[in-house]
Amino acid sequence: MLEIKNLHVKLEEEDKRILKGVDLSIEPGSVHAIMGPNGSGKSTLSYVLSGRDGYEVTEGAATLDGHDLLELEPEERAALGLFLAFQYPVEIPGVGNMTFLRTAVNSQRKARGEEELSAADFLKLIRAKAKALKIDADMLKRPVNVGFSGGEKKRNEILQMAMLEPKMCVLDETDSGLDVDAMKLVAEGVNALRSQGRSFLVITHYQRLLDHIKPDVVHIMADGRIVKSGGPELALEVEHNGYADILAEAV
Amino acid sequence: MALTQPKLDATEARLAGLTLPESRALASNRAEALTRLRAMGLPGRRDEYWKYTRPDTLVAPEAAPAAVFDTYETPVFGEVDRVKIVFVDGVYDAEASDNLDLAGVSIERLADAEGHDIHWSKDLYGVLEARGQDPVDRPLAALNTAFATDGVLIHVTGKAAKPVSLIYLHADANSDAILHHVVRLDAGADLTLLENGPAAARFNKVLEVDVADGAAFHHVRAQGRDHERRAATHIFARLGAESVFKSFTLTANGVLTRNECVLELTGDNAVAHVAGACVGDGDFHHDDTVFITHDALNCESRQVFKKVLRNGATGVFQGKILVKAGAQKTDGYQISQSLLLDGDSQFLAKPELEIYADDVVCSHGSTSGAIDEEGLFYLRSRGIEEGPATDLLTLAFLAEAIEEIEDETLAAEILARLEAWLARRRAG
Ligand SMILES: Nc1ncnc2c1ncn2[C@@H]1O[C@H](COP(=O)(O)OP(=O)(O)OP(=O)(O)O)[C@@H](O)[C@H]1O
Ligand SMILES: [Mg+2]
Repeated sequence: MLEIKNLHVKLEEEDKRILKGVDLSIEPGSVHAIMGPNGSGKSTLSYVLSGRDGYEVTEGAATLDGHDLLELEPEERAALGLFLAFQYPVEIPGVGNMTFLRTAVNSQRKARGEEELSAADFLKLIRAKAKALKIDADMLKRPVNVGFSGGEKKRNEILQMAMLEPKMCVLDETDSGLDVDAMKLVAEGVNALRSQGRSFLVITHYQRLLDHIKPDVVHIMADGRIVKSGGPELALEVEHNGYADILAEAV
Repeated sequence: MALTQPKLDATEARLAGLTLPESRALASNRAEALTRLRAMGLPGRRDEYWKYTRPDTLVAPEAAPAAVFDTYETPVFGEVDRVKIVFVDGVYDAEASDNLDLAGVSIERLADAEGHDIHWSKDLYGVLEARGQDPVDRPLAALNTAFATDGVLIHVTGKAAKPVSLIYLHADANSDAILHHVVRLDAGADLTLLENGPAAARFNKVLEVDVADGAAFHHVRAQGRDHERRAATHIFARLGAESVFKSFTLTANGVLTRNECVLELTGDNAVAHVAGACVGDGDFHHDDTVFITHDALNCESRQVFKKVLRNGATGVFQGKILVKAGAQKTDGYQISQSLLLDGDSQFLAKPELEIYADDVVCSHGSTSGAIDEEGLFYLRSRGIEEGPATDLLTLAFLAEAIEEIEDETLAAEILARLEAWLARRRAG
């Protein structure tokens, strides 16, 4: 599904290298987790995949189902089925959450040559999905993420994911800032979406989320590279011993 | 002070092409306006009040031609049940206009009323305009009072059953129109006035509104749509106790628009809101000049102006709140903001507060900013294309101004016009 080969990325504005040769291959239906120290480049990887400005790819490739992602506009990547749950969801004053989601769903449908959802069908769908995530009607009416608590913002990201039904979901620290119950809700939301044709890349600092969303593969990222990959036990090792041993071993 | 020679010359050159309309009821009102005009002269480039907007084309003897914009567009307010009064290039069109009967309201054409020996409008026509000439000269308004060829005189005695809608069509590329309207609302009366259309190649319009105690006046206008049209408009309003005055203007297109709004709050507990949203592209120049005088207790005034500018468009805002001595408990708010969609466009703002009372709350702010890149990326990452995503953010920026329209149907009409305009811009 997602193939990343020897990806090198620097900041566009300054001569700062952030990703230094990332290799990652995610098969359909699988869940991969990335852990790693602060500043190692995890969010940068998610931004570069989704097409944010400010980064320059100096080497390497990233494809989704064979499509060269790096050539495409952010909206084209989304229409292909890529979704990023932001580490820091953006507040958009003046744009209602509902309007935003309906525009997004229908833009993607249009881009894929599908028929747009009617207002009534959309409403039915969003009500059901919001209910499962305990997002109340008031939050749907409010401007996107404005005045939402940290946890509400993260749940709103998962709601968007549920509505857009992407096939490659990248979750950047969706667990941070969530209380125990909200974490369960989010994990349930993710698990409900798990399927043969859908893959996840879960960026997290904590083992706890991975108790709920069982990963197939765990990667450790450090200084812009994946330095170690393994099974779920790798996350436990990090939880108990921190990164020191793994990093020492990788050098 | 004597006028400078260039000013005198420019004024006389303009006057040479005009004739005072025949009038009985309002002859002295017109003559006095002409005297006022001769004393102040037409605006020139050096006048402080015209620092950001060049008045040349507005005062020139001839109107510069403006092509008639023939792209089919759904006219605004189409869904609103209203009394339509149509002017084509400033000339009343009886065929296209509705019957002027409306419960609670008497509507007459200025040209008809002037034929009478006496008319109620004598107490207001040019009177509110004259009051608005102090402390700043507004010569184009005096010119209008003297030479307006037509307009409507509306006397509202109760709650108007539906809005009165003035529709200004533009058919002749060289037209030069001067219209003057007077609205008098008796105590407790209530009227919504709608205005739309490009009107003429050059349009000079004055609207005088006298809002008696407890009356309410709502005004929504959409200035469209011909790219080359020019307009100088003035609103002069006087507000009595407990009265409400709310005016909103949408402007899209037009090379030059100067909208002046001069409000005087003379009765306690009056409320005045004036708001504007404009979207401009290319050689578009749009100027909102507002002067609000608080001269009574416990009044509220709000100014909310938002401008979206691109491809070298210019936006101007000059807004003043004057709180006279004794106008205690005044609540004055003023915000003017521009969204600059590129580096070529500019926004020039001159917000002013002048306060002579000690127990008041007044705030004002003015900002200029670009589109929020973070927000734009967020929307695009969800599959919304750059164009529509920019439109969403643009509409969000304008929302605070549009929210000033109380009536939901009218707000929806304005929003629909804006959406259509933005989509058309994208289509190119
Ligand atoms: N736009 C930017 N300008 C300057 N530095 C940047 C920018 N984007 C990323 N960086 C730097 O690149 C490095 C990687 O940042 P990134 O956000 O990808 O880390 P991360 O692994 O997600 O960290 P965390 O676990 O704290 O979220 C950091 O040193 C960061 O400061
Ligand atoms: Mg991060």
